Amino acid sequence: MLSVKDVQLSFGGLKALQGVSFDASEGEITGIIGPNGAGKTSLFNVISGFYKPSHGSVIFKGEDVGHLKPDARAHKGMSRTFQNIALFRGMTVLDNIKLGCHTNLKANVWSSLLYFGSAQKEELKARKEIEEEVIDFLEIDHIRKAPITALSYGLQKRVELGRALAMRPKLLMLDEPVAGMNREETADMARFILDAQERFGTTILLVEHDMHLVMDICSKVVVLNFGQQIADGSPQEVAHNQNVIDAYLGQAG
Amino acid sequence: MINGNRKTSYLEDEQILNNNYKKAFVALMVALAIALPIFANDYIILMASLVGIMLIAVVGVNVLVGYTGLLSLGHAGFVAIGAYAVSIIHGLLTGWGIPDILQPWIALPGAMAAAALIGIVVGLPSLRVKGIYLAVATLSANFIIIFFIEIDTFAQWTGGRLGLTTPDPNFFGWVLDTQREVYVLIAIFSFATILMVQNLFRTRVGRAFIAIREKDYSAEILGVSLLKYKLTSFAISAACCGLAGAMWAYFYAKILPEQFELALSLQLVAALIVGGMGRTMGPVFGVILIVLVPEILKITMGAIGGGSIEAAQLRAPIQEIVFGSLIIGFVLFEPLGISHIMDRFFRALNRWPFARG
Repeated sequence: MLSVKDVQLSFGGLKALQGVSFDASEGEITGIIGPNGAGKTSLFNVISGFYKPSHGSVIFKGEDVGHLKPDARAHKGMSRTFQNIALFRGMTVLDNIKLGCHTNLKANVWSSLLYFGSAQKEELKARKEIEEEVIDFLEIDHIRKAPITALSYGLQKRVELGRALAMRPKLLMLDEPVAGMNREETADMARFILDAQERFGTTILLVEHDMHLVMDICSKVVVLNFGQQIADGSPQEVAHNQNVIDAYLGQAG
Repeated sequence: MINGNRKTSYLEDEQILNNNYKKAFVALMVALAIALPIFANDYIILMASLVGIMLIAVVGVNVLVGYTGLLSLGHAGFVAIGAYAVSIIHGLLTGWGIPDILQPWIALPGAMAAAALIGIVVGLPSLRVKGIYLAVATLSANFIIIFFIEIDTFAQWTGGRLGLTTPDPNFFGWVLDTQREVYVLIAIFSFATILMVQNLFRTRVGRAFIAIREKDYSAEILGVSLLKYKLTSFAISAACCGLAGAMWAYFYAKILPEQFELALSLQLVAALIVGGMGRTMGPVFGVILIVLVPEILKITMGAIGGGSIEAAQLRAPIQEIVFGSLIIGFVLFEPLGISHIMDRFFRALNRWPFARG
């Protein structure tokens, strides 16, 4: 589904990523973990097209997407959320989620200006889908008309997931979806992520610091440390890997 | 939620006029617009036409500045393009022997297309720069456009500093040779422009504009091409201003380059700020205020000064001061403009007498 091959990225003299390679298999959840500054978010930015790697390639559905801009990658079926919520704060929940559908809608400037006819038909169909598949699914029907600024942090995270899901992505990248959440909110979010994977068959990449969540829901884990890939494998393998233990706990004596 | 505003289908919920206040307001405005040419005197027709022309332009400015978040101080240039294009195209068509009755159908779209094209060119810097830098780039575009209109090389088409005369347009065999008749045209186009721009913002194109304003990288990740949508926004915005310019040319019959300089650009943005940026009703309230202020000044200063020359000379600077204070006042105390004040008023009205706020 997605394979990242020997990706290297540097900012001046700082080597943010040094030869990261892994595969995310279709319909599964792949976790990316590592201490702060390990390059997890940089890796996401390379995959979604914000950074151009100095070496290596990103293959998505058998196609090298290295030359594509973020919006073109979205049209191929990539979607993501951000570590520090990137919702459109001046808009309502519903409008945010409608924007998630952007790539699935067809209206052009002319049909939009006229509205009546094809644009209206398409909008109503999208609205119905959003209501039934996203808003209902994420249990946010009570806030659909609320502005983002009025929502709690946890709900904002959930709306951002909804916006990413509205695209019906093939690949969903979640950057710390449960950061700063309490136990109950984390459990809710885990349930939504698993449900999304099951219902839509989405391939998911997950960057997260909450080890319980990563170990529970990921089928594969990639570990980064200072831009280097120090381990990958099943959660159990990774948890017992000496490099990983050293990176997280510090080397013994 | 407003009382008695229950929705039973998504279709109802997606309407523009989704509550009775809005329906009543639009009905009132339509009735007023129809009644004016029958009952009003020439002065009121003049004011209403001015409001209409400015409204079309400010709705255009709102698309770019209010919704897409790209500040432009050069929109008077697009109004100029529209006004000059319509005059020049009429001249050309007459030269080619095209009958009068067909001319407006070519000249109007032509003027809008010309403005949109120039708009796209002027919008190119927006792909690199934002905020104040873009404002400077568009401001220079305004000067360049006026420079090309005034320059002697093109004077045979543009009339240079002496300006141009526009023929009276002929719609379906009806020659609009009085201001009262052109008013009807302006009123129709004002309503049509607002409706179409509203339509835009309930589909993916308009939403993409707002997304760019709110968070451009987030818009990109959802598949919104910044290149395409920023330039589209410039094109639509400039086309509206071009239409306003065309109406201007029809209404006054005589156009001069100095009418489309920076002062007009500032007036358009001022109207938008005062009315409310990125809001449907913003341009409406803003334009009414900006057109009324000089008139109120004229009347009050006339009453105070008793028609003396000194009082008349003071009027222009005082008008500038009033505009300036209005902008500062609104930016400081009510950045969302008159339209936000109205929203609050209606919300309070709706809850009255049970709750305040």
